[in-house]
Amino acid sequence: MSGIRAYGAYIPATRLPLSLIQGRPPKEGGPEKAVAYDDEDAITMGVAAAIDCLSGIDRREIDGVMFASTSYELKEKQAAAVIAKALDLRRDVLTTDFSGSLRSGTSAIEAAANAVGAGSAKNVLVVASDCRMGAPRGVLESKLGDAAAAILLSSDDVIATIDGSYAISDEFQDMWRSDGETFTHAWEDRFIVTEGYTPNMIEAVNGLFNKTGRRAGDYSKAALVAPDARSMGGVVKKVGLEGRQVQDPLFGRLGHCGAAFAPLLIVAALEDARAGDRLLAASAGDGAHALSFEVTDAIAKLPPRRGVKGHLDRRRPLPSYDTYLKSRNLDPKEWATGADLGLSATIRFRERDADIGFVGAKCTSCGQIHIPKTRVCCRCHAKDGWEPARLSDKHGKVLSYTFDYFFPTAQPPTIMIMTDVEGCRVQVQLANAKPDEVKLDMPVEYVFRKIHSAGGKANYFWKASPLPAGA
Amino acid sequence: MSGTIKDKVAVVGVGACKFGENWTSSREDMIVDAAYEAYADAGIENPQEQIEAVFCGAVYPREGTSEIAEALKIFGKPISIVSDYCQTGTDAFRFGALAVASGMYDTVLVVGFDKPKDRGVSGPSVNFDRVRGLPSTPAGWFSLCAARYFETFGAGREDLAKIAVKNHHNGTLAPKSMLKREITVDDALNARIISWPFGLYDCAAQSDGAAACILTRAESAKNYRDDHVLVKAVTIAVSEHPQRDPNFDFLGWKPTQYAAKDAYRQAGISDPFKELDVIQLHDCFTLTEMLTYEDLGLIERGSAKDHIASGTFELDGELPINTDGGLKTFGHPTGATGVRMIYENTLQLQGRAEGRQVKNATMALSHNIGGPPTTCGIAILGMP
Repeated sequence: MSGIRAYGAYIPATRLPLSLIQGRPPKEGGPEKAVAYDDEDAITMGVAAAIDCLSGIDRREIDGVMFASTSYELKEKQAAAVIAKALDLRRDVLTTDFSGSLRSGTSAIEAAANAVGAGSAKNVLVVASDCRMGAPRGVLESKLGDAAAAILLSSDDVIATIDGSYAISDEFQDMWRSDGETFTHAWEDRFIVTEGYTPNMIEAVNGLFNKTGRRAGDYSKAALVAPDARSMGGVVKKVGLEGRQVQDPLFGRLGHCGAAFAPLLIVAALEDARAGDRLLAASAGDGAHALSFEVTDAIAKLPPRRGVKGHLDRRRPLPSYDTYLKSRNLDPKEWATGADLGLSATIRFRERDADIGFVGAKCTSCGQIHIPKTRVCCRCHAKDGWEPARLSDKHGKVLSYTFDYFFPTAQPPTIMIMTDVEGCRVQVQLANAKPDEVKLDMPVEYVFRKIHSAGGKANYFWKASPLPAGA
Repeated sequence: MSGTIKDKVAVVGVGACKFGENWTSSREDMIVDAAYEAYADAGIENPQEQIEAVFCGAVYPREGTSEIAEALKIFGKPISIVSDYCQTGTDAFRFGALAVASGMYDTVLVVGFDKPKDRGVSGPSVNFDRVRGLPSTPAGWFSLCAARYFETFGAGREDLAKIAVKNHHNGTLAPKSMLKREITVDDALNARIISWPFGLYDCAAQSDGAAACILTRAESAKNYRDDHVLVKAVTIAVSEHPQRDPNFDFLGWKPTQYAAKDAYRQAGISDPFKELDVIQLHDCFTLTEMLTYEDLGLIERGSAKDHIASGTFELDGELPINTDGGLKTFGHPTGATGVRMIYENTLQLQGRAEGRQVKNATMALSHNIGGPPTTCGIAILGMP
């Protein structure tokens, strides 16, 4: 039976204390939202969640990647392909983007489960990630948050089976963003909740109950998306759930994270689940979609991962609203932006193993690793004897550093470090750290980030990040 | 076994335009000012006849050799242009010296020039066309040795500041330098940070400028000047990329170590600290000067801070370094810098360096290091 084999999550460490929006100083424990920093977007967050999900799993087993998001920037260019490359997956992997709807996260889970159930694939990775923008100081800005979740659907080693689903489609204009627009728009909130969100969620959940014969009391947790706590309360009551069954929707900590919201709450519920638990999940957007899970004995054997909890605890609050605007690229720029084509597509093509996959070349004669690849080995001078060496899942060490105040960024300085990883030298930026946290010889991991944009296109590469305690 | 150029080629004329933010002069103006001063210095009255070939160094232009031909109105002759980061000027000088030593030409002109101040930015361009390694600025490249060197040898920003103070002082004594302002250690320490540990005063002054020299065969040098100087050595070396070299130790730069070894071999120098009287070295950043003292084999590894404290390399010290203010204050038009150092060392050897004159100088070294850094050029000049 098909179901969930593993899960992972990513929530950016950067947080905007909501009081800063009004110009008030942040209070300890006050409401905040998670913010993708200026080197992050839906793709980089999705890669991070996928890496979390695949820890301990041989990546060669992955047959498909389904990416769900409403905030991927490019048209006529797939996001799932970038993610598959960054994960160094097989070339014969079926990559698919699910977009357009805030419900696309659960749509991808359903499609992946169906593919596995039909036997056309054994392991399909669903990555849901969103980085939606509310206009500065608008109502939505404080409600939306950025996050990603990854769920591996599989036929084997399943930690939770999917034992039912029910979806309805409803043509209903609540949220939208036109082509070329930066900010999300919404119709009047009472209309959205009264005529869209509430009846659609109730219809989907009740439809699932009728289809499966289960009732609200059968579930230990219900992971329900909602625009806010009050609207959720209306649905909870009407479908017969009690407050203790509701998975914490993280309002005031994370924010509504779009297509990733339902998958992320499923991950959060699984983190606390035990064998035999039943989980209910429901998402909304152009209708609603409800899913039912039953947790198996295998959940006890899933190796620990960072998940929702690990990422929520790692916080780096922004110092000011001005910094938030800069990190979102919403501040006016003195420097002219280059109206060029951006990076050479041919160079990117040739160097995609190193740049996107962070895969170097290991000399088959002496074992020295080079990144990017080279023809003649620097150590033994053997020519053209190489095997791939993935460095993205290895830990490095800081050999030297500098703090660059010249390069324009949201929060100077940019920390440049030289790292040693597997005996190979790589110079990268250090994310998630302030200058006084950098020490010689400290261990780092590598994270997929957006280095800059040129020619209107994001340029992805890897950065280092201090290794979290216990990792 | 490589040969040597020792005593085969003479410098018989030098010239330089005023270095600085030369808003009112073009590349043509600067090339002509430097070359014609060198012509006059060598007593060349008919350069279109007497100059047989021209060797140029420049990093920024894209126009090729026609620009130099048009500026100097030298046509129908070989003109070459080289470009290799900050050692470009020394490499142009090397090609000129080799061409004369080969017997191919009697007399050649070497011109180094660059005009970065026409690009609309202060400092170097931030490179946005590469995937990896941003921010890719020279300050970011050179500062990577600081943390490890400081921790290993107990040095710090104060030591760097003293180098900036020295070079600011020396710059006030050079008529053609860009900056003529004394600074204090506190000025240097309190300046805004560019790339830690480099504050503003730890960084060379990027400027416009051009410098030139005339080379001829040693045996015909007397036809031009009685006090000509001889090329004792000239070499370049390209090293492993310090950002990729798995053996790089962040305590010194290999390009200089490689090039120094070959330069001393050519010149027959065994104790550089004793045998050299004056040095112009590549102080693109104060740390570059500090580590280069050691990379050139002048002093023990790790002892730079002691020599900085005792004034070894100041104008009245045992071995004066960067007597004209260096890149720090004379200015750093990339392609010109190596040739500007030939200009200064020639003046020093000939006793023409006025207020910054080093007494009884008979052997002078100039040094450029460039790239991340990966390339170094060294030239040694001496009296016959």
